Amino acid sequence: MNLIRGFATTIKHVLEGPVTIQYPEQERPVRERFKGRHALKRYDNGLEKCIGCSLCAAACPADAIWVEAAENTDEERFSPGERYAKTYEINMLRCIFCGYCEDACPTEAIVLEHEYRLSFNDRRDAIYTKDRLIDPPPHGVPATPQVTEPGQFDRSIPDMENPK
Amino acid sequence: MGLTSKLGNMGIVTTRLEDTVNWGRTNAMWPMLFGLACCAIEMMSTQAANYDLSRFGMELMRPSPRQSDLMIVAGRVTRKMAPVLRQLYDQMPEPKWVISMGDCASCGGVFNNYAIVQGVDEIVPVDVYVAGCPPRPEQLIHGIVTLHERIKQERIVDWA
Repeated sequence: MNLIRGFATTIKHVLEGPVTIQYPEQERPVRERFKGRHALKRYDNGLEKCIGCSLCAAACPADAIWVEAAENTDEERFSPGERYAKTYEINMLRCIFCGYCEDACPTEAIVLEHEYRLSFNDRRDAIYTKDRLIDPPPHGVPATPQVTEPGQFDRSIPDMENPK
Repeated sequence: MGLTSKLGNMGIVTTRLEDTVNWGRTNAMWPMLFGLACCAIEMMSTQAANYDLSRFGMELMRPSPRQSDLMIVAGRVTRKMAPVLRQLYDQMPEPKWVISMGDCASCGGVFNNYAIVQGVDEIVPVDVYVAGCPPRPEQLIHGIVTLHERIKQERIVDWA
């Protein structure tokens, strides 16, 4: 009887189909909270959310982020407020995709997206600069730098929502 | 496989020697088991049924360097492990390739200290760096596919 029960398990698994995911052709969708490659976000008017405060760099446990800030003017405006990130570099080979930068960001500028195909032939290619990280501006909106009205974007965080 | 032309109905396919050799190299590349830390768990999972590296001709993880073509350095390399890694690399027969899997092998990752080699390319020439901490099995397979693409570009004149 035990013999039959034992072979029943074997035969059941023989009849099952293969479980292999044919990766390069077929992809398993990642979870919603999966943390992959970063993206720098923009507001609906095309201005960058990043204000160059370097809090992400301070929060990063692997020191993978390098931010250099510069002053905004109304003639050349990249982001609301005083400053914007002139240089924004992430070394993908240092980054451990923990998401602390996402948590530290006061303007929710940096978000870890679902892209995970990160292989490099040269380790210098692994340093993602700002133009590789930033999302394109929304359709029909000019890219940064923009010319804006004086006094319109004085605050770094334009519409702070009240805590819910 | 770079099929150059097919002659009529004779059932003959012509190709270049380079393409045939590169095709052979990419499709029978046995990796050397070099799991050092948590990346090794993902490497095992890549080898297992769900992702099945045998689809790429990597039937076995060889623990012996003489029978392997590709070294997947998975995990952080300490300064004590470094001479061992180099010796095993030297024992592998030509042609040989190295994939640096994960952040720690590629550049030290979070372990920026005196005990960890800051990037395995200080010791051995690395062909492909795979980012991630640890990389998903898909990321490792993507690295292997990147390496295959690179090998298919190789030319006979460069071998000498």
